[in-house]
Amino acid sequence: MPTEEVKKEELVPIFIMGKRYEVPSSLTIQKAFEYAGYQLIRGCGCRGGICGACGTVYRFPGSYKIEVGLACQTVVQPNMYLTQIPFFPATKGVYDMEKIKPTIETLVKAYPELLRCLQCNTCTKSCPMDIEVMDYMAAAMRGDVARLAELSFDCVMCGLCTARCPAEICQYNIAILGRRLYGKYIAPQADHLAAMVKAVEKGKYEQMLRGLMDTDEEALKDLYNKREIEPEQADEDWTPKDKTHL
Amino acid sequence: MPYTRELKELIKKVEATRSARIEKKRRGEEFHLLSLKEREERLKKYHPDFKEGSRKEIRVGPSKGYAISPEIVDLLEAKSRVNPDFIDLNKVTYETDVLILGGGGAGTAAALTAQENGAKVLIATKLRHGDANTMMAEGGIQAATKGTKDSPYYHYLDVLGGGHFKNPPELVYTLVTEAPKVVAWLENLGCMFTKSPEGRLMTLHGGGTCRKRMHCAADITGAEIMRTLRDEARNRAEHIKVLEFSPAVELILNEHGHCAGAVLYNLETEEYSVVKAKAVVLATGGSGRLHMQGFMTTNHYGATGDGLILGYRAGVKLCFLHAVQYHPTGAVFPEQAEGLLITEKVRGAGANVLNIEGEQFVNEREPRDIESSCFIRECTEIGKGIPTPAGKVGIWLDSPMIEILMGEGAVKREFPGKFILFKRFGIDISKEPMLVYPTLHYQNGGLEYNSRCETSVPGFFAAGEVSGGVHGENRLMGNSLLDVTVFGRIAGVSASLYAKEKAKDGKLNLDHVRRYHRELEEAGIITDRVAPMLLPDYSNPNVREHQLTAHYLGTIR
Repeated sequence: MPTEEVKKEELVPIFIMGKRYEVPSSLTIQKAFEYAGYQLIRGCGCRGGICGACGTVYRFPGSYKIEVGLACQTVVQPNMYLTQIPFFPATKGVYDMEKIKPTIETLVKAYPELLRCLQCNTCTKSCPMDIEVMDYMAAAMRGDVARLAELSFDCVMCGLCTARCPAEICQYNIAILGRRLYGKYIAPQADHLAAMVKAVEKGKYEQMLRGLMDTDEEALKDLYNKREIEPEQADEDWTPKDKTHL
Repeated sequence: MPYTRELKELIKKVEATRSARIEKKRRGEEFHLLSLKEREERLKKYHPDFKEGSRKEIRVGPSKGYAISPEIVDLLEAKSRVNPDFIDLNKVTYETDVLILGGGGAGTAAALTAQENGAKVLIATKLRHGDANTMMAEGGIQAATKGTKDSPYYHYLDVLGGGHFKNPPELVYTLVTEAPKVVAWLENLGCMFTKSPEGRLMTLHGGGTCRKRMHCAADITGAEIMRTLRDEARNRAEHIKVLEFSPAVELILNEHGHCAGAVLYNLETEEYSVVKAKAVVLATGGSGRLHMQGFMTTNHYGATGDGLILGYRAGVKLCFLHAVQYHPTGAVFPEQAEGLLITEKVRGAGANVLNIEGEQFVNEREPRDIESSCFIRECTEIGKGIPTPAGKVGIWLDSPMIEILMGEGAVKREFPGKFILFKRFGIDISKEPMLVYPTLHYQNGGLEYNSRCETSVPGFFAAGEVSGGVHGENRLMGNSLLDVTVFGRIAGVSASLYAKEKAKDGKLNLDHVRRYHRELEEAGIITDRVAPMLLPDYSNPNVREHQLTAHYLGTIR
């Protein structure tokens, strides 16, 4: 929200790229940038912790530890000194989803550097989403695509793992390849979906829909009010009483 | 920030009524749904759209006299960011078959189908590829995919009822019949939808649905769809080029009156450049960052309604923009998470909404506009909202119910994104309820288009949130991800066909911008405001006072 709304409150010092600013203690790093006078272009996206635009690294004086966070999700702390890593060069394998298989060969062909992984765990420590990055890399090296997909599911592709990887691997792109392989080839396909697509293409609903499109508002309201509502706690095999429009 | 002592005390009242509410739920007893008449009364009395001053007439352009949000009117009644005389249209920087403005769900889906139809594609987008509201959509995507209990017929009725029966039928027909096809398309691209071990897609209810047809990928469905589409576009980089941080600031027409490109602005080098194209797809998204009536928003940083301005100046009419969508459940606590979307899926999974006494006052699955109106009523006229330490007011969303209804660990499993986010603030949403209030969420209306995504300007197509009609006056949950994928794909096909068969080369011009400027003048509108806005300005006004040499043009120097 606009900074006008920030009420008078305790100010804390933070160091944006080494420069000292005093900002209200309740702000996120992102809002602190704006409070300090920055207009963000890079390093700001959804402002809700899902787009991965605002990866940030910081340290505290006297501590060797590199801390990480998403700027839109991390509240400022006194004396943190920080910088955003809004972009980091990444490798991107190119593949035709129709022609590949969910195997280790596919992963290695798209990303040969995958096998350079040292299992040093720096990636895991660099992940603002608390993802076990090293573990999914291990799964990738074993060719366990399902595990790779499952462990990496929450990835926001901010690139902090890639920025810090000593083996120069782009983990998050390997992860999305793994997830797509899983979604397309390993997860069982939805038969009911395929059946519905076929029914729609055959024109099964054509007449009833065209009928609705020609119905006047009052009659539509009546049909709407009379819809049978599937109970919220109903089982998967629930069926409606009226099956004429199925 | 964890809940304060005062709030923890109030949570006890929620806990006190919880087991009785769970029992009711298990018996299938629901809080009564409002009738259409009751809905209308609540809407007119409490919805922000009906508040005095919430609408203002546009004084110029093709929809002159149409009353919509003043925040959008102000931008429509602004000048171009750049004097058309300064732009040399003979110097073409990029040339392409199909130019797509916007790199979100609709734009990327359009890029894929246009490329499949043999077009050379250029995507120009304001921030990064994929930085869009699509990425933030959480709950799911609607489609009738279970033939034993659902069909496009019921989906059609639900869409119409949600939209107050005002939606153009042809658009809704297209939406609901294409729906199963796009879900299959996404499954085939490798989207990890939540499924049973046998492959049955998990489906839940949303507000205003008569069948459970919301498909999801945990609670990050939009992100899963967006990152998959983007990855696919990147696999086709040879034919789909992407220009990031390069928003369009004006459309370019040609001597035949056809759309033939756009003027782009490089946000970093501050250069303007000319793109010549055989067809243009506008997919720039919505406008939550205009903060209508001062509301907080769930929207992306770039959601400033740019496309409306571009299309309107080129002569395309606006529709359904008088209806703004407020999502019932935006976070109001902790303050750092303010405005953050709490997916409707939480209510779809069974969580009640409650007042300060821990009492239900509305069914949790009314359409969004109705649900929001009831929240506002409870917090204002009834006075049973929950006050927050920051002086706001909210409603309880009883997420721990899900843990009891669906089994231990369900909240973390079904809502991993929200679970970790609140955990960071010291709140365990599997044990403590969330505090929510309506938040600006979606632009129901937009530029007029048809089911082939054509607008009134030849060669100019629109898809996604920037367009208006399919949702009528109120979109239902799960129909925006559906909208962007269905109409994005159609726009790509239409634009590539147009580029191949109908596009007519001609001299480029910006005469429509000059004409628009003249019209502003004739209407007596004297302003130094420029549009599109491009980015909202959240920089500190006290600092800005000292930025003596910064000459601002809108919000970008």
